[in-house]
Amino acid sequence: MSEYVIKNGHVFDPVQGIKGDKAEVAIKDGKIVEKAGSGAKVIDAKGMTVMAGAVEIHAHIAGPKVNLGRIYRPEDKLFTCTPTKGMERMGSGNSIPSTFKTGYEYAKMGYTTCMEAAMPPMFSRHVHEEIRDTPIIDEGAFPVFGNNWFVMEYLKNHEVENTAAYIAWMLRATKGYAVKVVNPGGTEAWAWGLNCLTVNDPVPYFDITPAEIVKGLIEANEYLGLPHSMHIHPNNLGNPGCYETTLDTLKLAEGMKANNKFGRESVMHLTHTQFHSYGGTNWGDFESKAKEVTDYVNKNRNITIDTGNVTLDETTTMTADGPFEHHLTGLNHLKWANVDVELETAAGVVPYIYSPNISVCAIQWAIGLEIPLMMKDPMRCYITTDHPNAGPFTRYPRVFKWLMSTKAREEQINAFKHKDKVLTQTSIGSLDREISLYELAQMTRAGPAKSLGLGNMCGGLKPGMDADVAIYNFNPEKPVANPDDIEKAFTRCAFTFKSGVEVVRNGEIVSTGHKRTLWVNAKIKDNPQVVRDINEKFLKYYSMTQANYESLGHHFVPNPFAIEVDAT
Amino acid sequence: METITITMKNQPALYLEADCVSPDAFAGMTAAQIAELSVYEGNVTGTLGKYFDVTGSAGTTAADTKIIVRGDVKKVKYLGMKMSAGEMVIEGDADMYVGAWMTGGKILAKGSVDAFAATAMKGGELTIEGNAGNYLGAAYRGDWRGMSGGKISVKGNAGSDIGMYMLGGEIVINGNIDVHVATHAEGGKVVIKGDAKSKVGGQMVEGDIYIFGSIDIMMPGFKPAGEVELEVEGTKGKFAHFIGDMGERHKKKKGQVIYANLYKKI
Ligand SMILES: [Zn+2]
Repeated sequence: MSEYVIKNGHVFDPVQGIKGDKAEVAIKDGKIVEKAGSGAKVIDAKGMTVMAGAVEIHAHIAGPKVNLGRIYRPEDKLFTCTPTKGMERMGSGNSIPSTFKTGYEYAKMGYTTCMEAAMPPMFSRHVHEEIRDTPIIDEGAFPVFGNNWFVMEYLKNHEVENTAAYIAWMLRATKGYAVKVVNPGGTEAWAWGLNCLTVNDPVPYFDITPAEIVKGLIEANEYLGLPHSMHIHPNNLGNPGCYETTLDTLKLAEGMKANNKFGRESVMHLTHTQFHSYGGTNWGDFESKAKEVTDYVNKNRNITIDTGNVTLDETTTMTADGPFEHHLTGLNHLKWANVDVELETAAGVVPYIYSPNISVCAIQWAIGLEIPLMMKDPMRCYITTDHPNAGPFTRYPRVFKWLMSTKAREEQINAFKHKDKVLTQTSIGSLDREISLYELAQMTRAGPAKSLGLGNMCGGLKPGMDADVAIYNFNPEKPVANPDDIEKAFTRCAFTFKSGVEVVRNGEIVSTGHKRTLWVNAKIKDNPQVVRDINEKFLKYYSMTQANYESLGHHFVPNPFAIEVDAT
Repeated sequence: METITITMKNQPALYLEADCVSPDAFAGMTAAQIAELSVYEGNVTGTLGKYFDVTGSAGTTAADTKIIVRGDVKKVKYLGMKMSAGEMVIEGDADMYVGAWMTGGKILAKGSVDAFAATAMKGGELTIEGNAGNYLGAAYRGDWRGMSGGKISVKGNAGSDIGMYMLGGEIVINGNIDVHVATHAEGGKVVIKGDAKSKVGGQMVEGDIYIFGSIDIMMPGFKPAGEVELEVEGTKGKFAHFIGDMGERHKKKKGQVIYANLYKKI
């Protein structure tokens, strides 16, 4: 493999504490090394910013609900197709790009590791076929557990060990990465025409509460010692006043300690926090509770969060929170699609336009920015758009611009039709913090990598780590004349390296690298009861056999990277 | 106003996608430059000049530019797509998407046009002297934003699904139409001087339909609301008034529910 040495660049690496110093980054055999050989190819990064490849902790980029969005939104592809060009295959779609376009766009922005945030277990084969067809980036997928019949039946009796054994089986069967929870109990309740809007609403028939599901899953997660923590989209998403449910959910982690060999300190990851930080009693007195939520997270070190920034675009919302999507189509009257996944989960899809002329959308925009600006520890707060729910991931550079420049925020606030309302219902106007490049590297690299238990592998430039490197045409020594220059620089990398392979040069794809599928292989003590329960459910309830369920072999996972966990 | 004329000389074997044929794209160009613009035949990119003779010259702006399209363009799509100003005359029949997404200017089609003409049109005028195909002034596939402004006039007949998801503007058809008119519409005005078939105003939220001739089968979601004297497109007469679609959601203005209106000439 080629050797490279990246010279003269301004390096930002939280893993080694490098804050913009000119440092050399050497690459050999796919890893960062102390020194490259004399024959190494020299990359001159003079006047440029050098960071580790970015890590996406939460996006919806592969699987049946993403594809449902693609199928039922041909208008999303209208005028957004990209023709074949050099190495690149043709692509299509804006808020729900095709698989190839997804891989290219992430790599061009310097992202090299991405997590698909909600895998319906029964359709893991579909998820993996799409992951396989998404070039360059390493990917993992989180199977959803929060409305799963097995989980609810075990946790009703607080059977943590059985839950853990079931999770281990599921991760192996679906080649999954982490324990995802979406509207715990609520999606199942919806099958009965109900929902769970607080952590204490009982799930019909199962005689369990969301609180019991969440606590039990944290305990099972730590029993196994998985790389990532339990990853939650709480109950009551997107409703005025929902922050109280969010705080009640966060409190469930009180006193819980992380148990793992990966350096992860969190036991709960709260995703798309923006959607869960709303006050008020209706859309008229709708207001930000970002302060209340971040105050709590700032004080409790065992929680990590991501933002879910609204980008003010036309997009496609999609979530395993089936009842929420039904509620949303009632609000915006746009087309709605829904899927039920037997025994396991559900999903809904609705297009949405975050218009700068609608006060609620503008307030959502402000809340999404308040959260990272109010978080004291950037290592525990990661930038996402919950792609495509709050906006397409391709807008990350614009979010970075808003975070890094008060001028850019002011320009946007002044462009809002209901500017005054945004300023009274949020505190965005009084926040003068500007996120530094070092903090950005914490929020997009070192932080998410640590929360995912990948802190020793990616998200940093320490010798021994994977050689995932992003070089941006952005000179940190020069004052920013125009905030748009930030957005432009982070949209297209000068260079991206993935596992030591140069994949992007001058913003163009030059190699499709060799992407891997990350999954977690958890070894557990033999558990005949859980094996029997699984067999029985397949015989009694599932519409497919177990042999047709698992994601196995080269077709589904051609290049697996298993992270081993021993809980025996 | 300057005039540029393009005349078909080599018929494409497949259908030709020529979205560059618009006053906006031609403005400020010489005939030679216009002949170099890209068109697509299947997966092959060619030049406009490969298929058309290009003569005359374009104005400096779209508003100063008139395009005359001559010869057989039955296999040419997207003529006048996204045009914002200026004029275009299509002398023969044209294929799909004539004037699609247009925002201004005038198109006169002397022959007939195929489906999806004036898709999601926002402004301007489209006059068709022959017949129009299906989905005239409708939304793009999957989209909920149909024609929102401007005027479409058809001297002959039109196909099915005209004005689907219409939000505003006007469609006037002199002849007859096929099934589905103004389906899902939330605004706009459709006048049919001939006969309609069925599914007139299905799932319509807001907007007006006027039918001078017969309706084969009325939608059950429209209910009688009396008779009115109206003058529509220069014709005075008595119309039976129906409101609907009762199965749809409807806005309220000043406490009054706003229904879509269907007027059928008596
Ligand atoms: Zn999500």
